[in-house]
Amino acid sequence: MQRIGVFICWCGSNIAATVDVERVAEIMKSEPGVVYSANYQYMCSENGQQLIKQAIKEHNLTGIVVGACSPRMHEATFRKAAEAAGLNPYMVEIANIREHCSWIHKDMEEATEKAVVLVRTAIAKVKLNAPLTAGESPVVKRALVIGGGIAGIQAALDIADAGFEVDIVEKNATIGGRMAQLDKTFPTLDCSACILTPKMVDCAQHEKIDILSYSEIEDVKGFVGNFSVTIRKKARYVDETKCTGCKICMEKCPSKKGLNTFNMGLNTRPAIHIPFAQAIPNVAVIDPEQCIKLKTGKCGICQKFCGVGAIDYEQKDTFIERQYGAIVVATGFKPISLESFNEYGYDDNKDVITSLELERLMNAAGPTNGVLLRPSDGEHPKVITFIQCVGSRDTSGCGKPYCSKVCCMYTAKHAMLIREKYPDTEVHVFYIDVRTPGKNYDEFFRRAVEQYGVDYIKGMVGKVYNENGKLMVQGSNLIDNEQVTIESDLVVLAAAIEPEPSVRKIATLLTASIDTNNFLTESHAKLRPVESPTAGVYLAGMCQGPKDIPETVSQASACAAKVIGLLVKDKLKTNPCVATPDEMMCNGCSQCANVCAYGAITYIDKEFRLGGGKTEVRRVASVNPAVCQGCGACTVTCPSGAMDLKGFSSKQIMSEVEAICKK
Amino acid sequence: MQEVTTEKKEFVPNIVAFCCNWCSYAGADLAGSSRLSYPANVKIIRVPCSCRVNPSFILKAYQQGADGVILCGCHPGDCHYVTGNYYARRRMSLLFSFLNYMGIEKERTRVEWVSAAEGQRFSAVMNDFVKTVTALGENRKLTDLRVKEGE
Amino acid sequence: MTKEEYVETINRISGTDVRKCMKCGKCSGRCPAFKDMDIKPHQFVSLLVKGDVDALLESKAIWHCLSCMACVERCPRGVAPAAVVEAVRDTVVRMQGNNGVKAEDIPPVVDELIPQQLLVSAYRKYNK
Repeated sequence: MQRIGVFICWCGSNIAATVDVERVAEIMKSEPGVVYSANYQYMCSENGQQLIKQAIKEHNLTGIVVGACSPRMHEATFRKAAEAAGLNPYMVEIANIREHCSWIHKDMEEATEKAVVLVRTAIAKVKLNAPLTAGESPVVKRALVIGGGIAGIQAALDIADAGFEVDIVEKNATIGGRMAQLDKTFPTLDCSACILTPKMVDCAQHEKIDILSYSEIEDVKGFVGNFSVTIRKKARYVDETKCTGCKICMEKCPSKKGLNTFNMGLNTRPAIHIPFAQAIPNVAVIDPEQCIKLKTGKCGICQKFCGVGAIDYEQKDTFIERQYGAIVVATGFKPISLESFNEYGYDDNKDVITSLELERLMNAAGPTNGVLLRPSDGEHPKVITFIQCVGSRDTSGCGKPYCSKVCCMYTAKHAMLIREKYPDTEVHVFYIDVRTPGKNYDEFFRRAVEQYGVDYIKGMVGKVYNENGKLMVQGSNLIDNEQVTIESDLVVLAAAIEPEPSVRKIATLLTASIDTNNFLTESHAKLRPVESPTAGVYLAGMCQGPKDIPETVSQASACAAKVIGLLVKDKLKTNPCVATPDEMMCNGCSQCANVCAYGAITYIDKEFRLGGGKTEVRRVASVNPAVCQGCGACTVTCPSGAMDLKGFSSKQIMSEVEAICKK
Repeated sequence: MQEVTTEKKEFVPNIVAFCCNWCSYAGADLAGSSRLSYPANVKIIRVPCSCRVNPSFILKAYQQGADGVILCGCHPGDCHYVTGNYYARRRMSLLFSFLNYMGIEKERTRVEWVSAAEGQRFSAVMNDFVKTVTALGENRKLTDLRVKEGE
Repeated sequence: MTKEEYVETINRISGTDVRKCMKCGKCSGRCPAFKDMDIKPHQFVSLLVKGDVDALLESKAIWHCLSCMACVERCPRGVAPAAVVEAVRDTVVRMQGNNGVKAEDIPPVVDELIPQQLLVSAYRKYNK
């Protein structure tokens, strides 16, 4: 039998002016189960708390109800007081007789009557409360960063600078990501490599950072504070510890016709190669599809020339299993495939290129050494037409419904750089809207128009066709209500961006939710923008939504702050108000796991005694209390009523309903 | 233990409001701290999320003599638990057709989204709901006669 | 019919949601009959959004549209400008008391080389 104590607060005159607190306390004395009832001017004060503590001890109270302000205000205070007196803090219930009663009602009789009902309701609930203990789970003081682009690099550096071990897992042979491919960066036009490569070097030299390049995530187990991750280190056929990056192998390799993916396929590279000059790690990798030795068994030239004996044709994929406390996902993006947009003639004309290809064509380390030459004949293009929103803001099903966000700015950048470097070039830009919010962004775009004389045409291109070696760009000029055809030498498409496709597999492994466009979902768009709903998983960069470099770096640093906040803790206190299944009722139907936004529910095979020495193995739900956030979605979904929520159990809520409805 | 007795006067409905802890309960708190009144016959039950509300809680309320039930959650897209209020919305639309089938006027049950900043809205919603239910009169359809002792 | 009823009718016949248009002009950028049209494909959509029925019903462009559907094919928002043109054309034909068009009724403004769009659209419609 419960022994309940009731404490009614006056809150000075805040409650006492409209609620007859003494009468309420008096009435509660005769409530079944209540053994003590008192009222006091300020329950939350030191004296008030003392009163509660004393009553708990003197009257052996098993549960208390405090009729006071909102639980959002002082629930924690009263729970602490109860705990200090030896009562489980979850045996405390608050009846909100201030915000929900005295402050909104004027009539004393009416307010007192309501206060009585509210306190009774709380009594009805507390009678069914069970002592709960917050669980603890240990924290592994190591972070994993998936993706070695600018987002991953920034997050890793920030976490490592705080003194925690970080592993960067990068699926390519080098870190650097998309930013390494860029030429200049808006709005300041500093060279991308000049600002990125020092950070790459910092990563490589940081004693707390371990770069696992040419590696992929294979499996993830565990939960916040305690992830166990299997990483596949792909065979690169070169011993990373021996290779010095001398590039003699690249020179000698006879198979030189592989498409240079780093240069967007605009030139070729040998089968054994280092992706680019500043690659980190500066170690060669062999493309097994292209290597003559690996395909036919004959060749082995690179091995012969390698001075340090780093080449190993027998190398196999290896698997590493490591423990992490937190995971940052920074998998980045890629431009969409343009196969559904044949009106722009991308597949049929070499001189119709994407903006990322143009970045390489303008880059000093690119296939043309930074001289803008068109791919078809190596001539200087005299008329260049840019087309924006290629596949962005497209709800027809061919493209992406969202705005890719960066294209307006990089198109203005390209237009400006071309006009700067080659003033005799005519530059046209077809746009639907120019969107340049951001510090110094619109000024940047206007500079392209006003200072560099770039011709912006409001309208969209309907088709691009080749006529006598000239690219005819036919589109509308909506301002003049005209259809225009521009004879161009080079056409640049601002292709929409999409999340790197490998993010899907990673999201599945992490049980991190993903939206219809394959962007990872943040926990709260405004208040928790860098956290995944899955505890311990954080999001940085394009994998979460389109964004530019400044935003990506900010988000990565924000992730790092969150990760550091997690890793400094030795133990995580878990919310005890979590879902819990009644295994005798659970039929293992998976409904609860389907609605769980956090992936907190798994299924286990458990042996049950049937009587008569017989046993039966059944599949039942199992909730991980470290992951469950206690929303209760599963409790209502469960068709057999097996799932319940501690602290807000169905019985408790039912009895609250009863107490309110009782006339 | 007869406490405050109300004399037989005009009909005052008994209304149960389920409020999610993160938005609507905080919205109700704001209504309180802004002193925005609504009738005293609205009594709030705090739940972690609108998706915690089992349709059977609402049926229970009607069985126990509630005249109206209102469920308040975060605005769609703002749920603290990401998707909880979507589940609540779907469940409730099913429950509404069921209640309708049982002959409980559909105006007696309502789902409203109230954010933590919408004290004004909370009070307005409650005033409006009480008015609607008062006009409908007493709910007798599901009342369990066994609980009506001494009547 | 009132103006509102015309708008409603044209919207209904077209079966397309003109409010989805984001005014990119790709339809007019692709249109092969652009030069001959007094009202351009994108304007059909924007005039319908505005509810300017008079301009639509008086347009000669409805007889110049080739019903080639390039604008429909290219629209990134899934709006069908050609369907609006066709809806206006149908409305005009019905206003003349017909439920189809006879060869001799085709106005003299039509260039002989241009296919008879009502026939073309009819083929397309009844082919399904």
